[in-house]
Amino acid sequence: MIERPELWYVIAALAVGSFGLRFVFIGLVGDRPLPEWLLRHLRFTAVAILPALVAPLVVWPSATGGEFDVPRFGAAVVTLVVGLLTRQTLTAILCGAVTLFGLLYLVG
Amino acid sequence: MRSTNKKIFFMGVRDGAPFLLVVGPFAMLFGVVATEAGLNVLETLLFSVAVIAGAAQFTALQLLTENAPAVIALLSALAVNLRMAMYSATLTPYVGDAPMWQRGFLAYFLVDQTFATSMRAYPDHPEWTTGQRVAYFFGVATLCCIPWYGFTVLGALVGNAIPQGLALDFALPITFLAMIAPMLTTPAHLVACGVAVAASLCLTWVPYNFGLILSGLAGMIAGAQVEQRMEARK
Repeated sequence: MIERPELWYVIAALAVGSFGLRFVFIGLVGDRPLPEWLLRHLRFTAVAILPALVAPLVVWPSATGGEFDVPRFGAAVVTLVVGLLTRQTLTAILCGAVTLFGLLYLVG
Repeated sequence: MRSTNKKIFFMGVRDGAPFLLVVGPFAMLFGVVATEAGLNVLETLLFSVAVIAGAAQFTALQLLTENAPAVIALLSALAVNLRMAMYSATLTPYVGDAPMWQRGFLAYFLVDQTFATSMRAYPDHPEWTTGQRVAYFFGVATLCCIPWYGFTVLGALVGNAIPQGLALDFALPITFLAMIAPMLTTPAHLVACGVAVAASLCLTWVPYNFGLILSGLAGMIAGAQVEQRMEARK
């Protein structure tokens, strides 16, 4: 059982800290221009961090206890390829989901 | 002017809608895990409203359940959220001149989904004013963030009733991949993505989620290098 005052401290500090991390640039830098070299790196934030977040989930899914899983890996590949070819998020999600359920049904 | 803002807001709602598939189950799961850890419904809801960051909430909760010191639970959860600071920096050139109260709400609602969706739309619409970009962002947040609270409570109330066979764990990877793939438009973007993925698979041993931050930085540096070289060659 989690101790009560402790839980409240963690929730409060986590709320303040998380907001701080999100606010630090938007709020404090505001409309002052950022240096060119920094902007050049920031342009790649989305295509670097999000794939890095997803990659281990694709190769070692937690649902299978970290075991490589053909349906999940196949669904990820199909989603990626369809997304690259069509440039349409919804189409890619649908194709990925169909692949996932199809392979889960076939492989068991 | 107001009618375009409204149109852009609803465009954001539409673009954020697919994430409801992720947010719903993920939030319910948090509700289930939190009640199993001994939190009541009100505490669970407060946790979600105050922190509004799924992965960090799970991290803090798990460590507290394992009787880790509160400081360790807090620092680990903040490390999981460190990427939000990079998101904040990336959005700043687009929305940095919005009024302060709007920037406060932007920061509060800044999560993976709102960030990824906005960063896909903003470069495609250079004609948008700051107000229109903010309207779009809040449109996305409407279905990605607000339901987070409700589904957390639902999870806390219904308990462990989510069927395993639905493979809902994989809704998150699929929607993120579907979001990222269309953004990979230049060789520099492909390199950034490839390097980040390779690094993240090699750095899973790094504690407290710092591997993710290092991988992200490696990808960003690689992408920036390739872009700079290609521009120099022109």
